[in-house]
Amino acid sequence: MRRELIKFALFAAVVLVIPATIKGGYLLNVLVFVGINTMLAVGLNLLLGFAGQISLGQAAFYGLGAYLSGILTATYGWNPWTAMAVAAIAVGILAFVIGFPILKLKGHYLAMATLGFGIIIYIVFNEYVDVTGGPSGFSGVPGLSLGDLHFDSDLKSYYLIWTMALLVMLLAVNLTQSRIGRALRAIHDSEVAARVLGVNARLLKVQVFTCSAIISGLAGSLYAHTVTFISPSTFGFHFSVELLTMVIIGGLGSIYGSCLGAALLTLLPEFLRTFQDYDIVVYGLLLIIMTMFLPGGLVQGFELLWMGMRRLRPGRAGRNA
Amino acid sequence: MLDIHGITCVFGGLTALDDVSFSARSGEITGVIGPNGAGKTTLLNIITGIYTRTAGRITLDGRDISGLPPERLTRLGLVRTFQNIELFGKMSVLENVMVGLHTRSRSGFLACACKLPHHLREERRIREQALELLEFVGIVDLAGTAAANLPFGKGRLLEIARALAVQPRIMLMDEPAAGLNSRETWQLGDLIRKIRETGVTVVLVEHDMELVMDICDAIVVLNLGKKLAEGTPRQIQENPEVIAAYLGDE
Ligand SMILES: Nc1ncnc2c1ncn2[C@@H]1O[C@H](COP(=O)(O)OP(=O)(O)OP(=O)(O)O)[C@@H](O)[C@H]1O
Ligand SMILES: [Mg+2]
Repeated sequence: MRRELIKFALFAAVVLVIPATIKGGYLLNVLVFVGINTMLAVGLNLLLGFAGQISLGQAAFYGLGAYLSGILTATYGWNPWTAMAVAAIAVGILAFVIGFPILKLKGHYLAMATLGFGIIIYIVFNEYVDVTGGPSGFSGVPGLSLGDLHFDSDLKSYYLIWTMALLVMLLAVNLTQSRIGRALRAIHDSEVAARVLGVNARLLKVQVFTCSAIISGLAGSLYAHTVTFISPSTFGFHFSVELLTMVIIGGLGSIYGSCLGAALLTLLPEFLRTFQDYDIVVYGLLLIIMTMFLPGGLVQGFELLWMGMRRLRPGRAGRNA
Repeated sequence: MLDIHGITCVFGGLTALDDVSFSARSGEITGVIGPNGAGKTTLLNIITGIYTRTAGRITLDGRDISGLPPERLTRLGLVRTFQNIELFGKMSVLENVMVGLHTRSRSGFLACACKLPHHLREERRIREQALELLEFVGIVDLAGTAAANLPFGKGRLLEIARALAVQPRIMLMDEPAAGLNSRETWQLGDLIRKIRETGVTVVLVEHDMELVMDICDAIVVLNLGKKLAEGTPRQIQENPEVIAAYLGDE
């Protein structure tokens, strides 16, 4: 447990120091999105990596958080923080309600159902033009502020969003090491055995689905208040697949892996502009390659590499002696 | 304690269980034997709410429990182990047992995520109880091993420790001796007796006749989905129908 805390403290320190080491304003801006995507990936990982339940509708919860926050503040003049809280609660309630019928499904059927949900919400964003602004988007979302501190620069946004992301990561790590985390992993390994031991699998799955939706909703609100402009295209099926790729590349069941996956998939396209129109193909390929050759994700890959190196070293020392 | 009344189970055209009735008395070890395909596992699956019965009724201490889902039955004190062991392979041996203690801990999502003090205390208690259970079945030295890496016999013991963690009043075991060597089987027999001594009623589905005859207080024989006989080990051994069924099977 102490080791886990040290690991987190080191990670947090690195995250907080990063802005001091880079000059470019643009890179900092991209890192803000890495933070948002980290939250989203961690949320999905709780569901997929721990409970073993897939969701292709995460972008919908993300979008709902963004639109609810945006509409409540820009149209109705609410305080952004209140709007954010209300949006998160609303998204949570929605996930809880649809979770019961949807999570009865397994495997491909669950994927299809969550995909369908994502598509419906996407259509709502596009078609309720009066409320959402439709395909051309919704602008004028106010930024966040704490007293006199206005989160209006990339640097301030970076600290705001990464504080939230680190908090989400810490809570997620704690959760996964608790009785709830064990029960979720048990459901993943053998649902019958878990149920026979008294784990209410059905309820737990809905609860973790709700959890991941709330995290996505929060990320959506943060996005809306940071970017101040939102449009449906950000929250489509495409993005749900991107999130899935982040989680799988980073490693199912690894919270830090999700951050790594989010970082890779957010930063890479920025440098490889040529991907632009082919990115969904690249994600598909990445998914195939990862599941075939490194199903444990990059984090596990690094661990294997690390252990391999440790095993090599004493061997070499022995030969020299 | 556990009473099975006229359980029938039909899969498509196949009648896996046909009007089976018997009782497992409190504090006893009741053996359920029968040739392959007799319907023993199906019976356990029905009792534990994994399959749905076609007809019949099951009561636990007089309370109707037919059709209740497994997680409800656990809370009523009924637990089982599996013929093909169902361990949580990626978790450690200790964690497997800690999952068994799930119903004996309370902390919710928030308490766990925030590591509230009462959750940490609970976590320590669960860990200690899990270690005690591993001690009880004799694999405490393997606590840190991943369950998937356990030798088969130890896996069986882990499954038993995990089931005991829910503090059952009645425990149904599906062929716990399958795949064990004779020394392990003998140790298993001792363990099952020890479990009975702690006050747990046992229903033992088993192929190993020597074990069954040795430790069971009562035996029920199933054949082709029907109850063929019921009685003490001595009575069963001398029952001509049972002998015929087993000889016919071999
Ligand atoms: N889910 C199922 N669907 C259809 N048929 C089934 C199902 N489960 C079991 N059966 C059939 O029911 C019959 C009884 O099977 P069961 O597994 O209960 O036997 P068993 O007594 O446990 O045998 P064994 O000693 O080999 O474990 C078999 O003919 C089997 O094929
Ligand atoms: Mg069987």
